[in-house]
Amino acid sequence: MTNTLHRFGSAESFQDDFIVFAMACKGPYKQANALDGLRRFLQIALEYHPVNLGDARHGGAIRPTRRMNPLAHWTRNNDPDFQAVVDGLTDVTTCAAVFDSREAAEQFVKRIKDENLGLSVNVSTSIQGAEDCCEHAGIPRHSVGYSLGFEGKTEKMPNSQVMLLSTMCGHGMISHSLAKKMIDFVKENRRTPEQAAATLSRFCSCGVFNPARAKRILDDARTKTT
Amino acid sequence: MRINPKKCVACGNCTYVCPMGAIYIDPVMKRATIDRDECVECYTCFNGLSQEHLPPTLVRTVRTVFAALRIRFEPEPDVCPTAAFEPDELVWPRVVRRAFSDPRVPHESTGVEGRGTEEVKTNDVTGRVGPGDVGFTIELGRPGIGVRFYEIQEMCRALAAAGVAFEVKNPITSLMSDVATGTIRDDILGEKVLSAIVEIKVPVARAEEIVHLVWDVEQRLDTVVSIGAGVRCDERGQDTVVAPILERLGYRLERAKTNMGLGRRGEAVPVPEREMVST
Repeated sequence: MTNTLHRFGSAESFQDDFIVFAMACKGPYKQANALDGLRRFLQIALEYHPVNLGDARHGGAIRPTRRMNPLAHWTRNNDPDFQAVVDGLTDVTTCAAVFDSREAAEQFVKRIKDENLGLSVNVSTSIQGAEDCCEHAGIPRHSVGYSLGFEGKTEKMPNSQVMLLSTMCGHGMISHSLAKKMIDFVKENRRTPEQAAATLSRFCSCGVFNPARAKRILDDARTKTT
Repeated sequence: MRINPKKCVACGNCTYVCPMGAIYIDPVMKRATIDRDECVECYTCFNGLSQEHLPPTLVRTVRTVFAALRIRFEPEPDVCPTAAFEPDELVWPRVVRRAFSDPRVPHESTGVEGRGTEEVKTNDVTGRVGPGDVGFTIELGRPGIGVRFYEIQEMCRALAAAGVAFEVKNPITSLMSDVATGTIRDDILGEKVLSAIVEIKVPVARAEEIVHLVWDVEQRLDTVVSIGAGVRCDERGQDTVVAPILERLGYRLERAKTNMGLGRRGEAVPVPEREMVST
């Protein structure tokens, strides 16, 4: 799962994009009480005001509904339900907390280190941003997985605004077409950037989509052409 | 996946949400239709769209009247008004489409959700990529293009010919009929998936050669490729070995996934020699 690694954009564009995720490995190294640790990870994250939270089995804090009331078209709730993510964790899986501020991410990482949960914890952001998190927590980086970007038949890919949005779900659940549609909706003032970001968030199946960054991108896209 | 024609009202919302663009409104049937050859069974339409359960006949009537008056009803864009999507019971070989495309389904071969790999995310526990190694993840089909297994096989065969070791705990490796040649089993070669990750490990000295090899194969594929390079940092948390190589190859290193080294091993004894399959 490289779902957070290959986000499109420059290092500067990740200034409000910090994903901290925890996972317990499988196989012979399997950790005992991993589920408790993951739940604790999510609970602690709430104290640092994430913009999204999720687990890989059940999704993020803004989810689709299986039985929507037709009146919801006029009164749609776009607020994230963080507690539902914490309460809904039932299996050992990957859990993620997304922050839009470096300070929050740094403080959260330091706290997780102090809690000593025993889980593998990764930070996915700009290289410098992750180094700063480690420095703040007083730990050296163990390993790094670099993104080398996209290559091959890149002429098949859409424009940069669409890419900035759609690659925030590395699993590919946010289609280029829907990202383009949301940009157009914002341009036409048919939806606010917040509403469009919430729509995209619902398609992310593990909660790593960053609605705050999406809102900024959609706001920018209103007046920019590419 | 299939769309129940008795329920579909051809609102078109689903045509935008399909990552493969495989859904369209059939102008004759006047119903949303799935191009089954392009559909990768990612379940984005089923899982991502909120569902109303409105009476289809009523919705069609309202839409017809509105259309005649050139009035556009503007519903929420992520809703299927009649809950028309119905999952198929998938059988082999089509079932591999879902395994590689729906991230909520853990891969049977690894038990890991998503694309089924742990890479360096648990390297603090597994020691999968050690000092002097580079763990490459070569993902084909991402973002939003998709890939067929015969293209994945082309990459695997080129890597195998170069004598690299494939990661055992990887779904692609588990589907190889001959790991020594990177050959994938025949019956799935035509299947299309959202993306798939080929995972290898090489000594740092071979990193440049491998990147050039991937570049060469990319030219023959009809899809996009995203490469990840995993490295073990030194005791100061620095990587002074691999990053300069990648930068010399022309890569601008902007983003990374950084393992903080907080993981602890369970009590069982690891068996590192079975981690990789050497060709």
